[in-house]
Amino acid sequence: MGNIIRTKRFWLVAPAVVYIGFFMAVPLLQMAYVSVLERGDYGGVNWGAFSMDAYISFIFERDLMDNLVVNTDYLQIFVRSFGLSAMTTVFALLLGFPTAFYISTQPQSRRNFLIFLVTIPFWTNILVRNYAWMLLLRNGGLIDGALNWMGLETGGLDVLYTPYAVSIGLTYTYLPFMVLPIYASLEKLDHRLVEAAFDLGADKRRAMSRVILPLAAPGIAAGCILVFIPCLGAYVTPELLGGGKFMMIANLIGSQFGAARNWPLGAGLGFVLLALVLISMMVYSFKFKSLPEESR
Amino acid sequence: MSEVVISARSVGKTFGSGADKVTALDSVSVDIFQNEFFTMLGPSGCGKTTLLRLIGGFEQATSGQILLEGKELNDLPPFKRPINTVFQSYALFPHLTVKQNITFGLEMQGISRKDAGGRADEMLELVRLAEYGDRVPSQLSGGQQQRIALARALAPAPKVLLLDEPLSALDLKLRKEMQVELKRLQTETGITFVFVTHDQEEALAMSDRIAVMQSGEILQIGAPREIYEAPTHRFVADFIGDSNFLVGDLVDGGAGKRAVKLSGGQVIALTQEVSDQRTGEVTVSVRPERLGLVAESDAGADQLTGTVSTVIYFGTDTTYQIDLGNEALLTVRMQNGSGAKADFAEGERVGITMSPDAIRVLAD
Amino acid sequence: MKVDASNPLWRFRGITSTAMFFFAYLYLPIVVLIALSFNENRLATIWTGFTMDWYVTALSNDDMLRAAQNSIVVAVSATVLATIAATLAAMGMSRGRFKGEAGVSAMLVLPLLVPEIVTAIATLLFFVALGIKLGLLTVIIAHTVFCIPFAYLPIRARLEGMDPALVEAANDLYANEWKAFRRVTLPLLWPGILSGAMLSFIISLDDFVISYFVGGAGSTTLPIYIFGMIRIGITPEVNAVSAMMLIVSIVFVSISFMIDRIRY
Ligand SMILES: Nc1ncnc2c1ncn2[C@@H]1O[C@H](COP(=O)(O)OP(=O)(O)OP(=O)(O)O)[C@@H](O)[C@H]1O
Ligand SMILES: [Mg+2]
Repeated sequence: MGNIIRTKRFWLVAPAVVYIGFFMAVPLLQMAYVSVLERGDYGGVNWGAFSMDAYISFIFERDLMDNLVVNTDYLQIFVRSFGLSAMTTVFALLLGFPTAFYISTQPQSRRNFLIFLVTIPFWTNILVRNYAWMLLLRNGGLIDGALNWMGLETGGLDVLYTPYAVSIGLTYTYLPFMVLPIYASLEKLDHRLVEAAFDLGADKRRAMSRVILPLAAPGIAAGCILVFIPCLGAYVTPELLGGGKFMMIANLIGSQFGAARNWPLGAGLGFVLLALVLISMMVYSFKFKSLPEESR
Repeated sequence: MSEVVISARSVGKTFGSGADKVTALDSVSVDIFQNEFFTMLGPSGCGKTTLLRLIGGFEQATSGQILLEGKELNDLPPFKRPINTVFQSYALFPHLTVKQNITFGLEMQGISRKDAGGRADEMLELVRLAEYGDRVPSQLSGGQQQRIALARALAPAPKVLLLDEPLSALDLKLRKEMQVELKRLQTETGITFVFVTHDQEEALAMSDRIAVMQSGEILQIGAPREIYEAPTHRFVADFIGDSNFLVGDLVDGGAGKRAVKLSGGQVIALTQEVSDQRTGEVTVSVRPERLGLVAESDAGADQLTGTVSTVIYFGTDTTYQIDLGNEALLTVRMQNGSGAKADFAEGERVGITMSPDAIRVLAD
Repeated sequence: MKVDASNPLWRFRGITSTAMFFFAYLYLPIVVLIALSFNENRLATIWTGFTMDWYVTALSNDDMLRAAQNSIVVAVSATVLATIAATLAAMGMSRGRFKGEAGVSAMLVLPLLVPEIVTAIATLLFFVALGIKLGLLTVIIAHTVFCIPFAYLPIRARLEGMDPALVEAANDLYANEWKAFRRVTLPLLWPGILSGAMLSFIISLDDFVISYFVGGAGSTTLPIYIFGMIRIGITPEVNAVSAMMLIVSIVFVSISFMIDRIRY
């Protein structure tokens, strides 16, 4: 019967695996292929005509004389994306760690409820969430209005459509991903260890740095990855809160399929982004063995 | 002798392959008779569950055959075998009521709902939980769940009932109660029970016959008294109850009998038949309660002597550790208040009495 | 505030205020948006009175309704397909290990790892290369892909928590494999399946990036429609539609979580 079961299991997993394989894995491979094709004259690609132009154009552009000159426009977008993502990760950590910590000190029933509260925004529409921030941040918006009402003449807050707005929005969007894994590791933390640290005369600072932080490290690392990586691929927030002026990688990629019409470049950028994500995942799982349970 | 119901013939089972290969059963043969309470006893990992699962059809034998009333079972899936199981975790369906649990097997066999319901009531009566039919399993105590699991498995009147450590999740008191209950159910229904346990007392108390297993093999099959009083292997003697082991040489004891000459020079006559082919060094076992103590002055020339090294008083009896010299230790258990003098102090020299039929020569 | 006194972590002060700030930060935009959707004032900032007018306006907007209808068609189709595939996969993955299991596992959660924008353009390129016209169908296909892991995870979790002896017990009691599935596995699994389906539905309903790239004329979903409106400007109608989306999501997720907590 062993064999029968094994064959049956194959047929059970087959639909999902084949489906994802055909409509996701194959497209990803094809994307890598498109990235080394020649750009079509009127958009699209010349199938079968190979060219490394997409990758070269990350850094160089051709001037009128057809010479390669360094063009840092795209690089700047990469640098900005990394910078914004790093900043967001730091903000999320500063807010997320104490919050996870706070939740873990609550009685069990309230913990579950608080965790539920943390996850809810994740399930709501990302456009709507960012739109809400537009309402808050814009000139004459709620925050501006409140400041003026308190007597601080802002003369217009001028925050919306700046990197600050993008950063606030990104932090908002990905914050739950920081809290959940850290909470998971703090929840498992054996309280007697902290008690013991206090008993042994450690002050709070020491108990934190010698006991709590090291034990929460895997959760913190997971949280940072879970925030940093989706941030790097953020599309909606820079589009809405950056007003399209502060492109991040995803917007750059998207624009290659819109006005810019450079599919190989878009595919190449997409491939690089994917590679970055997969590599950081692998580094993480290599270091911490397994990813924490998918946060739901 | 009554009819054979289950027969395992050189059954082997291995799991995995290559480096991970585990031999769970190694050519096991056993006949289980109709209307018998048959127990498989052995330490953890010896293959009891595996053998049970092979009989139930949840695993397939790697080699050998399993027969039910002479017909080969190997390729039949569990749902085509007239054999039911009481699972260790009970495996009651949590989404069904107690009564629906019991009628499940009947309905699957195509019995009408009405007849099945009647049978379920009978079964509830049998396990003395008549008023519990409408509850769901989570509203029952462990012991009650256990009874429902039994009722569910007995309802289709299987030819054989398999029970895998069904009492292990119960506390001691309930366990004792359920032992009696199980025995009663077996006698009342007349169904063959194949019972798995690693608890020797449980096995001795309940079984008609016991198979003692060790690392995938059956060492000895016999009635509880036989297993206890005449163990054939050191493992059996050790696993079931307490035993003393002595080493000696087989010699001629005269009158067609054999004898064992212990290393101290004492010769003990054997009542056990030992084949003439066996010679040289053997191990013999003797139960502590089959030994007695006398003052050294009263000991015969042929008797073992030693020094009392520890005395432990247990109320009903007292246990003495006797140092025989040359590092051999013997445990003697004597009943208190049986009239015999049972009052020796540590350091006292004593002689040891033993009846010849208490000495068993073990297989190598 | 009541704390778990046995937990020594509460001794660290300052975390409470940070946590309060955190929850305020998390919910302020949501509360503000919902509140403003009932604000009579067109200019949004000042509260001048309660009104349902914007909801009426939004709900009588034909384009919006068409987009909502598209969204529902897509979400229902993707949910049904993904839930079936995920249920089967979860059953195949439960009970013991098999060769290639790690690979299959990775494949099943791949859609969660790949950045949305990458999925979007790769899928777009794929449909273009195959010559499939972009429209509702392509959106449904793409949504099904990323819905599978969301449906899979809760179903899998439930199967993991199920005693494998239950199915054996059913087999033992003369139920063949199909009957054991129908009478035992499925009834025990349905909360997981329902919860997974509801999460898929929400994820599909809320998706913007992938629909935006993979869709074509006539496949405008509600998020795409909202995106278009936001681009034009902030209006009370947008507030109303957005608030409705928020509420639908929150209600669905809450129900899904409650179903997932059902224990026998
Ligand atoms: N599915 C399996 N895969 C691999 N090895 C197995 C499997 N089932 C059992 N084994 C191995 O076979 C051997 C016998 O196992 P079995 O479960 O029959 O022991 P047991 O006598 O019932 O022990 P216990 O008293 O602990 O239940 C053990 O070494 C066990 O590890
Ligand atoms: Mg076992």
